[in-house]
Amino acid sequence: MKIIVCMKQVPVKDSLLKITDDGSWVHETDLNYEINESDHYALEEALRLKEAHSGEVVLLSMGPERVREAIKQGLAKGADRAIHIDNSSFTTQDPFVNARVLAAAIKREEFDLVLSGLQTDDYGSAQTGVILAENLGVPSATIVMEIQKQNGGIKVKRELESGWFQWVELPLPSLLTIQSGINQIRYATIKGIMMAKKKEIKALGLSELGLSESDVEEGQTGLVFSKIYVPEKTKKTEIFEGDPREVAQKLADKLKNEAKVI
Amino acid sequence: MPKFQGTDFYQIDDLLSDEERLIRQTVREFVDDEVVPVIRDNYRDGTFPTQLIAKIGKLGLLGSNLQGYGCAGLNNVAYGLINQELERGDSGLRSFASVQGSLVMYPIHQFGSEEQKQKWLPKLASGEAVGCFALTEPDSGSNPGIMRTRAEKTKNGWLLNGSKMWITNGSLADVAVIWAKTEDGIRGFLVEKGTEGFTSKAVHGKLSLRASDTAELFFGNCLIPEENLLPETIGLKNALMCLTQARFGIAWGVIGAAMACYEEALEYAKGRIQFAGKPIAAHQLVQEKFVYMLSEITKAQLLALQLGRLKDKGTKQIHVQISLAKRNNVYHALEIARLARQVLGANGISDDYQAMRHMCNLETVITYEGTHDIHTLIVGEYITGHSAFV
Repeated sequence: MKIIVCMKQVPVKDSLLKITDDGSWVHETDLNYEINESDHYALEEALRLKEAHSGEVVLLSMGPERVREAIKQGLAKGADRAIHIDNSSFTTQDPFVNARVLAAAIKREEFDLVLSGLQTDDYGSAQTGVILAENLGVPSATIVMEIQKQNGGIKVKRELESGWFQWVELPLPSLLTIQSGINQIRYATIKGIMMAKKKEIKALGLSELGLSESDVEEGQTGLVFSKIYVPEKTKKTEIFEGDPREVAQKLADKLKNEAKVI
Repeated sequence: MPKFQGTDFYQIDDLLSDEERLIRQTVREFVDDEVVPVIRDNYRDGTFPTQLIAKIGKLGLLGSNLQGYGCAGLNNVAYGLINQELERGDSGLRSFASVQGSLVMYPIHQFGSEEQKQKWLPKLASGEAVGCFALTEPDSGSNPGIMRTRAEKTKNGWLLNGSKMWITNGSLADVAVIWAKTEDGIRGFLVEKGTEGFTSKAVHGKLSLRASDTAELFFGNCLIPEENLLPETIGLKNALMCLTQARFGIAWGVIGAAMACYEEALEYAKGRIQFAGKPIAAHQLVQEKFVYMLSEITKAQLLALQLGRLKDKGTKQIHVQISLAKRNNVYHALEIARLARQVLGANGISDDYQAMRHMCNLETVITYEGTHDIHTLIVGEYITGHSAFV
C-alpha cells in the first residue's frame, strides 16, 4: 500500500501569539513550530497501515525552509521519503490554491491512499483535504477514526455529531482526513533520527510541478483574511437577591439553560 | 501549565543541528507525556518509576554517545541535550540514565573485554538490564583512594570484601561495576546480581533524589570469576575517567531543572496578584530574580554547548573544562531553584509545584560526582599548578 501523508507545520500550541500591526496574521519570527496535530495522527495511521500491509509512506509538506524540520521528524518516525514544496514565492491562505499545488505533486506519484489531518491548527478551514480529493479525482471521507483494509478497498469509521459514528466503504485510491486522537503517536527514536539523515527529501518548485504563477493566481478564490483578533473577554456578574428558595431556583435555571453546565 | 518549549533567549537553537533538535524534541515529548504526570507521586513515595526503563531504552537514550553494541553513537551535544530534557523531568531520572550510560556502559565499552561488551552492552542499551557503579564507601567519598573494599587474587578468580555507599540504581542493578583495591592498585569488576555474598540495602530517609534508587552494597567473600575483571582497568584513574563522562551529563542536565523552575515561577508570577492589583512579576525585586535566572540559564547553555563541541573534538584538559562546567552549572541551577521556590511563596513548599523537588534534588547534584568544593580544587590546581587537596 503506497500512502501519501500531507503534513503541515504550524506554530506550537500554547504559543504566545503577537498579531501583526495590520491585523492580517501573527508575527512568525519568535514562534516555534510543530507538526499539525491531526496530520501527526495521519502520519501515525499511515505508518501502522504500512507495518500491517507493507508498502511505502511518502510525506508531502508545503512551506518555507523551516518545514524540513517537521519532515525530518516524520522521516525519523518511519516515513520512507519526502517531498517538500517550497511555497515562499506564492504563500497563500487559500485552501483552493494549496490543494491545487499539492495535487500536482501527488499526481506525479502512483498512490493507493492519501491521508491528511482533518484540519490545521492555524487556519483551521478543514478544506484542503476535500478540495485535494476533488483535484485528484478520488473519493474521500472526512473525520476518520479508524481504517480497515478490505479486498480492493477500505472501510473507515467516521465521526458524526453527538457521539454518532458511521462506517463507509471506499475503493482505492482514495483520500481520508484523519481526526486527532485516533491512535497513540510514536516517538521518533534516536535510531530513527539517525537513519532519517539518509532518506530522500525531494524539493519541488512550481515549474517542476508543471504549474505557473498564473495557475496559482487563477486558483485564488478571493478569500481574504480581514482581521485576526484575540477573543474579547466579557465578564458579567449577576447577583440574585430574595428568598433562598427562589434564588436557588433562578441559579439552577441559569446553570441549566445559560451556562449549560447541568 | 502551557507545553514546555525550552528557554532560549540567545537563539542558541540556531547553533544546533536538525538532528540535535529532533533528539531533544523526542525526549522533551517523552518527559511531558510519561514523566511529568507521574514523578510527583514517585517522589512522594520514594520510588523510582521503573516502568520507564524499557521505554527509555527503546528510545535509544541509554549509552547513546557510545559506538556499536546497540548504542546510537551520538555526538556529545545530542547526549547532553538528552540529559537536559530528562533532568527537566527529575534529577532522579537523569541520574538513572547517567549511571547506566556514563558509569556502567562507558567503563565496559572502554575497559571491558570483547565478551563483556557483547554480554552486557546491548542489554544495558535496551534497558533489559540495569547497572550501577560503586566507588564511594561510608568512609571514603571525595577521596576514593582511601577505599577499604579489597579484591584478592585466588586460584579461581578474585575474592571481594567490603561495602559501598550511596549507590544509584544499587537495588535495581543486574550488574554492578565495583572498584576495589588489589595488589596492583584499584581495579574494576563486574559483579552480577545473585553472586553469593553480594547484598544490597536501600537507603531510606532521603530528603533529596527521592525518585531515585539509592542503596548500600555489601560484599562478603564474594567469589568473582576472572572473566569479570575489567581487564583494562589499571588504577583509580579509570574510575575517574568514568566520572568525567557522568559530570559532563550533569553539566547539561541541571540546565533542564533550572529551566523547569524558571518557567514555572515566571508563569506563576505573571498570574499572582498582590499589591495594587498588579501581578508580582511587575515588582522590581521579583524581576531581579528572573533576570538572574535567565542570565545564568543562558550562560550555562552556552558553556554546556561549547563544552560538548570541545568534547567531540577532544582537548587535553577536557576533564578540567568539565569540572568547571559541572561546578558552575549546578551551583547556579540550585540558586535558580531556590529563587523560583521563593517566587512561588507558600505554594512553593507544596509538591503541586516542582521547584522545591528540583531544589532538593540539586542539593544531591551539587554533592555527588565531585562536590562543588572538589571541583574548585580541580580547576584551582589546573590554573595555578599547585594541588590544594592536602
